[in-house]
Amino acid sequence: MGIRERLSGNEAVAYAIKQVNPDVMPAFPITPSTEIPQIVASYIANGEMDTEFIPVESEHSAMSATIGASAAGARALTATSSCGMALMWELLYVAASNRLPLALTLVNRALSGPININCDHSDSMGARDSGWIQVYAENNQEVYDNFIQAYRISEHKDVHLPIMICQDGFITSHALANIELLEDDKVKQFVGEYTPENFLLNSKEPMSLGPYAVSNYYMETKKAQTEAMKNAKKVILDVGKEFGEMSGRTYGFFEEYRLEDADYAVVIIGSAAGTTKDAIDQLRSQGKKVGLLKLRVFRPFPDKEIADALRNCKAIGIMDRSESFSGQAGPLTAEVTAALYRYKVDSNIVSYIYGLGGRDYRAEDALEVFSELEDVTVNGKEIEQFRYIGLRSR
Amino acid sequence: MAGQKKMNFKEMMNKPERLAPGHRMCAGCGGTIAVRAVLRALHEGDYAVVGNATGCLEVSSFMYPYTAYEDSYIHNTFENAGATLSGVETAYNILKRKGKVKENYKFITFGGDGGTYDIGLQSLSGAMERNHDMVYVCYDNGAYMNTGIQRSSATPMFADTTTTPVGSQSVGKMQNRKDLAAILAAHDIPYVAQSTFLGNFSDLHKKSEKAIYTEGACFLNVMAPCPRGWVYNTEDIMEICRLGVETCYWPLFEVVNGQWILNYEPKKKLPIEEFLRKQGRFKHLFKPGNEHLIEQFQAEVDRRWEDLLFKCSR
Repeated sequence: MGIRERLSGNEAVAYAIKQVNPDVMPAFPITPSTEIPQIVASYIANGEMDTEFIPVESEHSAMSATIGASAAGARALTATSSCGMALMWELLYVAASNRLPLALTLVNRALSGPININCDHSDSMGARDSGWIQVYAENNQEVYDNFIQAYRISEHKDVHLPIMICQDGFITSHALANIELLEDDKVKQFVGEYTPENFLLNSKEPMSLGPYAVSNYYMETKKAQTEAMKNAKKVILDVGKEFGEMSGRTYGFFEEYRLEDADYAVVIIGSAAGTTKDAIDQLRSQGKKVGLLKLRVFRPFPDKEIADALRNCKAIGIMDRSESFSGQAGPLTAEVTAALYRYKVDSNIVSYIYGLGGRDYRAEDALEVFSELEDVTVNGKEIEQFRYIGLRSR
Repeated sequence: MAGQKKMNFKEMMNKPERLAPGHRMCAGCGGTIAVRAVLRALHEGDYAVVGNATGCLEVSSFMYPYTAYEDSYIHNTFENAGATLSGVETAYNILKRKGKVKENYKFITFGGDGGTYDIGLQSLSGAMERNHDMVYVCYDNGAYMNTGIQRSSATPMFADTTTTPVGSQSVGKMQNRKDLAAILAAHDIPYVAQSTFLGNFSDLHKKSEKAIYTEGACFLNVMAPCPRGWVYNTEDIMEICRLGVETCYWPLFEVVNGQWILNYEPKKKLPIEEFLRKQGRFKHLFKPGNEHLIEQFQAEVDRRWEDLLFKCSR
């Protein structure tokens, strides 16, 4: 039986880090993720964990040192948000191509400008092509659970990729919620010891890492990365199942909420799923067949699984908490739509941008989305297919 | 230096090389000479992780699937050699404490002046301030040579580079060099030294050994001429380095726990022309009418030399 607590998302991740007790954590403060290294540093200061904390002078150096530590043979991680991750950008690709199984606990925040400290997904969505596994959470419990699973996925011999454990800035990172924590020994046993195959500090087999590779080798490294990402799908499911056997909370690529017989569905990532569920419950009580697909794993992208889950929907609203400025959809919409086309799901699709820079997303917004989807389908109403919701009226 | 038997010059030069032949650096390149000389100071039996900022050295010594390094080696990006090695060194500390690594390791990273004076300065500063037990070696060839001889903040005044080209309205770089060793000394780290290639390499060897075996963050600035950028005959490299020292353009000094120590004072300081004349990048200075430029260069060398003497006399 787990331990019942009340923690914020940042506290929950920091607690998970303490239980996993990785070897090295370089970090640089940035709102709203600052608490994570702060709490870890105080755990270390009080002898509750023996991770080496490196108080680096920038996020660029945080990721650089995390890469160095991981290459050396240590289990390593860092934490950041927004512009902090933007400063790491170049290194995100290096970590992935070097096949280093390190972790980043990302507290999603809008990218500048204008400077804004609140939640949206522009930071991680911008890094979607960097070769990292990306796992998102709806609430504090999920981000805690996701971090406990992180190294089991990233360190798996068929994967060897860095992993990003994301949560919504302030909405989950700073809000207290009930949470069920696992016992230390259970976590330790689940995560296991890290025994890298190749590492810098292996005196029996020195290693060179970070080569110059011209056109006769570069492309194969990318193909190897993409194969590893495909392999991660099975590993994510296996680890999610095993986690469920231990904790009672099983995880897959996404959660389907009242989706099975739904005519109208919303696809969404992160904390806004909770608000949407509330709207769904209201509509279901009125007899409306509405449901939700809450995506947990964006990289690797579970395209076929999503298409199958949405196959019988008449209309789908796909909700992006970040812009990609294509003028036609956000990144989640673009990828889900491609999956639906590839697997021959023919539904009405409307792309919504919501919640940028911490703009509130309310149950009324979700109700409006479902109402539009129905209007489009039943009444053949023609609406703009790419819409912003929650904008100021003046 | 406990545990190291005293070696004579011949024995030292016959130690197994830690930078294997077959890399693709240019003939007459100072960078490779610096790497070999520094790594030679590692005691036999000690392991090392060698770091490297992006630059000529990186792209020529570790072209997949070939590496020139006998030791473990990590290149990350251009601007983060300091931070990268600080991660490696920290990992070593905890893995050693946990008993997962038994051997003694030393951490040495190389960067050119681009990766050190300029784009990597913040990362270097952070790593030094945190006092990681590592040596950062700048092989200073005074320009971005890997991308084709663009000026850096290490480029001397009036040098002809591809971004400070000499032309009808230009006499080369207008600004003076950044004094990186002084900046590093201001970090209050245990050991900073400046050296180059001289005679039997005793100066560079001793400083390398001291840097590697001094606990904490240490910094070596090594003048490492580049035949393409400086435009000299490859066989002249040792003479150019000697003239750099004899003209007091590149003085040899150490800063040990904040104490400045001059290692060599020429009996007769040579005029700066001697150093400049050997290098094609300064050839315009010797055109009639440009005498004042050489005078200006000399005045700057004199000013810095006097300043160094003052620091070392305290």
